[in-house]
Amino acid sequence: MSKDVKVLVLRTAGTNCDRETAFAFSSFGAKAECLHINKLIMKKARLDDYHIIAIPGGFTYGDDIESGRILANEISLQLKEQVNKFVRDGKLIIGICNGFQVLVKAGLLPGGKNGSAFYEGGQTATLTNNDSGKFEDRWVHLQVEGKGPWLKGMGKIVYFPVAHAEGKFIPKDDSVLSDLKKNGQIAFRYCSKEGSKPVYPENPNGSVEDIAGITDFSGRILGLMPHPERHFLPEQHPFWTRIKHDEGDGVKIFSNGVNYVKKNLL
Amino acid sequence: MTWRVEIKHRETVFNAFAEGVYKSILDLGVKNIKKAEVIQIFTLEGKLSREDADTISRKLLIDPITQDYCLLSLDGYTPPQKDPYCRAIEIAYNPGVMDPVEQSTIKGIKDLGFLGISSVRTAKLYLLFGDLSEKDAELIVNKVLANKLIQHRVTQASKEKPILDIARENESEVRKVGILEADDKALERLSKDGQLFLNLYEMRAIRNYFKGIKREPTDVELETIAQTWSEHCFHKTFRGDIEYLEKEKGKNKKKIIRSLLKSTIMKATKEIDKKWCVSVFHDNAGVIDFDGKDCVCFKVETHNHPSALEPFGGANTGIGGVIRDTLGTGLGAKPICSTDVFCFAPPDYPFEKLPPGTLHPKRVMKGVVSGVRDYGNKMGIPTVNGAILFDERYIGNPLVYCGNVGIIPKDKVFKETKKGDLIVAIGGKTGRDGIHGATFSSGELTSESEVVSSGAVQIGDPIQEKKVLDALLQARDENLYSAITDCGAGGFSSAVGEMGKDLGAKVFLDKAPLKYKGLRYDEIWISESQERMVLSVNPKNMKRLEEICEVENVEASVLGEFTGNKKLELYFNGKQVCDLDMGFLHEGNPKVVKKAVWTPPKIKEKKFAEPPDLTGSLLKSLSHYNVCSKEWVIRQYDHEVQGGSVIKPLSGADCSAPSDASVIAPKLGLKKGIAISNGINARFGMIDPFWMAASCIDEAIRQIIAVGGCLERIGILDNFCWGNPDKPDRLGGLVRSALGCYEASVGFKVPFISGKDSLYNEYTLGKESIAIPGTVLISAIGIIDDIKKCVTMDFKSAGNLIYIVGETFDEMGGSIYFDTLGELGKDVPTVNFKKASKIFNSLSSAVKKRLICSMHDCSEGGLGVALAEMSFGGGLGLKVDLGKAAYRGKKRQNQRILFSESNSRFVAEVAAKDKNNFEKELKGISFSLIGEVKDNDDFTVQGINKSICIQTKVRALKEAWQKTLRW
Repeated sequence: MSKDVKVLVLRTAGTNCDRETAFAFSSFGAKAECLHINKLIMKKARLDDYHIIAIPGGFTYGDDIESGRILANEISLQLKEQVNKFVRDGKLIIGICNGFQVLVKAGLLPGGKNGSAFYEGGQTATLTNNDSGKFEDRWVHLQVEGKGPWLKGMGKIVYFPVAHAEGKFIPKDDSVLSDLKKNGQIAFRYCSKEGSKPVYPENPNGSVEDIAGITDFSGRILGLMPHPERHFLPEQHPFWTRIKHDEGDGVKIFSNGVNYVKKNLL
Repeated sequence: MTWRVEIKHRETVFNAFAEGVYKSILDLGVKNIKKAEVIQIFTLEGKLSREDADTISRKLLIDPITQDYCLLSLDGYTPPQKDPYCRAIEIAYNPGVMDPVEQSTIKGIKDLGFLGISSVRTAKLYLLFGDLSEKDAELIVNKVLANKLIQHRVTQASKEKPILDIARENESEVRKVGILEADDKALERLSKDGQLFLNLYEMRAIRNYFKGIKREPTDVELETIAQTWSEHCFHKTFRGDIEYLEKEKGKNKKKIIRSLLKSTIMKATKEIDKKWCVSVFHDNAGVIDFDGKDCVCFKVETHNHPSALEPFGGANTGIGGVIRDTLGTGLGAKPICSTDVFCFAPPDYPFEKLPPGTLHPKRVMKGVVSGVRDYGNKMGIPTVNGAILFDERYIGNPLVYCGNVGIIPKDKVFKETKKGDLIVAIGGKTGRDGIHGATFSSGELTSESEVVSSGAVQIGDPIQEKKVLDALLQARDENLYSAITDCGAGGFSSAVGEMGKDLGAKVFLDKAPLKYKGLRYDEIWISESQERMVLSVNPKNMKRLEEICEVENVEASVLGEFTGNKKLELYFNGKQVCDLDMGFLHEGNPKVVKKAVWTPPKIKEKKFAEPPDLTGSLLKSLSHYNVCSKEWVIRQYDHEVQGGSVIKPLSGADCSAPSDASVIAPKLGLKKGIAISNGINARFGMIDPFWMAASCIDEAIRQIIAVGGCLERIGILDNFCWGNPDKPDRLGGLVRSALGCYEASVGFKVPFISGKDSLYNEYTLGKESIAIPGTVLISAIGIIDDIKKCVTMDFKSAGNLIYIVGETFDEMGGSIYFDTLGELGKDVPTVNFKKASKIFNSLSSAVKKRLICSMHDCSEGGLGVALAEMSFGGGLGLKVDLGKAAYRGKKRQNQRILFSESNSRFVAEVAAKDKNNFEKELKGISFSLIGEVKDNDDFTVQGINKSICIQTKVRALKEAWQKTLRW
């Protein structure tokens, strides 16, 4: 394999944050390619050739039936073995917004046990309609508390936008939730500006325990509703004209991913 | 086998949608409603066993964490038992209406391995609890749950109808229409009965053409001519001759205008002759240079008539349509942002005053916003800017303007259909939807419109269009086609007719992929089914195009070829059904001469004593529908997708103050940007449409100046929405407004790059006809050299100086302040183009030198509202002295200085250290230092007589601004 860090930005009908996600990875020298899932299914491309899979935001298949469901099924039915191998090889996956919904609904998050990336019994959590009953685009503060390669060196509180209608995280039951906590799988929680317990719209969707993003047990699969790729450049900040900052809070996630591959997988 | 899957939310999970339904029913005044539940229904048809249907339900249709389901075979299905305290109302789509989730659900089912699935329909079952009468239920169905144009309440009777009652056997009989022997009366009847909307002169021209070729026309030939000559496609009013009479101050000025478009809008552009106008008035959208390598294009469309009847679908397909305009510009541009402007009647309009056949404005507004949200968000195009205007006269005709900007490489701006190229349709299938949309918009609405023209209403499929976009841009970059256009109004007829205008085209209508069998040839030809584009493809590139489309799951079909014989030939099942000369089709219509009269309205203005305290007036202005926060709307739009947003629609320390223009940087990481703004003000037009047009141009420009743009790189678009132009008084206003556009464009040297009109916005009720106030929307696009120098409107730091730049006159006519007093006023704001240009240029220069911390334009609500918005934007107080403000009017009063809406004015915040440099930049123009920003919550305005005329808290101002539309 060549010395390039290769990122597969997975897209299909209705994916729409692919370009900016690829831009974020390629800013750190990675080769990021926006690839249609049909090319994997038609075997015109292989997951094996990549180090990172990024499932970006969008409305895959219109979020018809429910968000992320159809792509999640495509992945868990048609690409299962490839994805299992990818994860076994110690590679990275990130799902943002619709990508997070896909990972959860495919059973990749909170994730499987005993060497399988997918949870055998199917879904153990969901992302469902916001309590506000509508799509909302707004900026939220997040407390960073997880572990794993994606989150290394991030500040205590970061500021990202959310833009979704179905972002309310609900675990199947208390044991799923307590496992998430016990294993340190909760990556981000919505919080107030100061880091305290949020109220609406600080928690924009009513997520259980204010959960905004989680990882799998290893920390190498990350999913989150907020958009780190939309706070990458300083001018994306909603009041950048009032503050001084040289880079967006989301930069760390993408540089972490690329650096992890350089260090561990090349 | 048919299976019905009923899906219910678990009791333990909050169902926001059901809660929303419950609230809407309460809003309607049905107090007995206690609770609403919503059950989602999928009806699956195909070779499926119970076990199959069960697997599909479990693995695809439900969320295992939040939902349960129940599977029934449809034959054994009985509706829920009648319980007096629970009404079960099922709402389904009408036969033939696209079910938005059908396509992807079928895909999902096939992915699971069940290839026997043949169709999926969805419905919703509403369980309404409480003591509700059948009358209540009917009301709820009509006002909340269903729009009868696309949906119906499922009853025993409706279930017995076949799923597709429009499906017929294929028929290929060629139908002729007798016209050769028709007299004038018969011609008029023919036009009316066939919904052709052609006038007698046009019908005579058609009869003469067929007399010349000695045969009767076929029905599809007549339809094709009607569509090509429709107001919507041909712009007869703007291209025809007008006898214009202006009656001002007892004097009559008369002149003949030969093509209003060429003698005003296009003339201005020609005279200004900017080198960066790359392709204007040629294509779907105006194209201007962006950075030497790429160009940007901008188009704004209206979708008024459909939105009046079905707000969600109308706005949905409106935005879908304007995005296709971008896709069809040059060889295809990539959409990068949208802007939407709406005009509605006030949302608190009394139900009992509602004219028959109209929907309540609050429902229209909610539907329109949802329609834009659905399409824009799903396509991943940020909706970055907009405006909403309220006036009672939009009750029968709401206005829905949808604009889209695209980016396109410089070498892809021009296209040319080549002889021998294949005619290729890509995207959605053709159905019976949207028939007569083009001709329909050439008539007034009546209470019967919803019945007669219901075929003109449809819902969009944004994911289909996204797939088309993804496939097209790849094909474009591989140079696989030589021309492209979108299927909009008039469908294939318009698209193929336009592309084959100079060459001729031969089309085999039976090659078009159909949604269901049984479409007639004329229906295929004029159907306005959404999400379709037509390409002109060299046969050698067809294979590669098909490969790309296969990966993207897009259908591409060869319909025929561009011939070179200058004829339009249509075939269906081997028979020729149309044989028209392209020359007659595109140039054979008789020129229309219309009469126009402009008489200035007689307006009496009351004298207003100056109230000593204006705090209440400022709060009222901030709460005014036209001024108040539109956050409820803005947050439902994804305004940040694609990652390019630099100035978002809401600015300030807590992201809640109104920005001027929006700015995006379409090439991530580079500093070049685009600013987008809109100017609209119907109240000015009620006094004088000329100054309305000029003021709107001034407003659109000054919003771009306010964020750091420059006059030299601004292009504008006109968009006229007017009443019936066959009525001389309506047309008089339109002409006067077009003249204002010309003067302002030339005065500012800001060219028009594209435009559009939507006429006949009248609602006829018996003998009465309600016309909308003549409304012009001016949309502007400005190129920003360095986004890092952009300025927002929120105050930045205490101690900074506050300037008002520009002159204030006694121009209270049409102002928000007068509206809060129930007055229109007669002194409409005018523009001094020379002085204004100087102001714009000086401020641009000051921004470049980073001398300005924040800037905001004075528009609706004048100086008072601008200061308040800047204050709560920054979370900072202020103290200003009106005595120091330059005022050029006669009646020098606090209320006039604060609330006059004179054009070309700004408030600028400047750091004390930059005072001298800033003032040096402004040399030669009028400006006044009126106060400073304070580090507290106090908003203090001292009047001309030294006494305080406004004293309030910044948070009170914000609350007044936010509360009106906090839904």
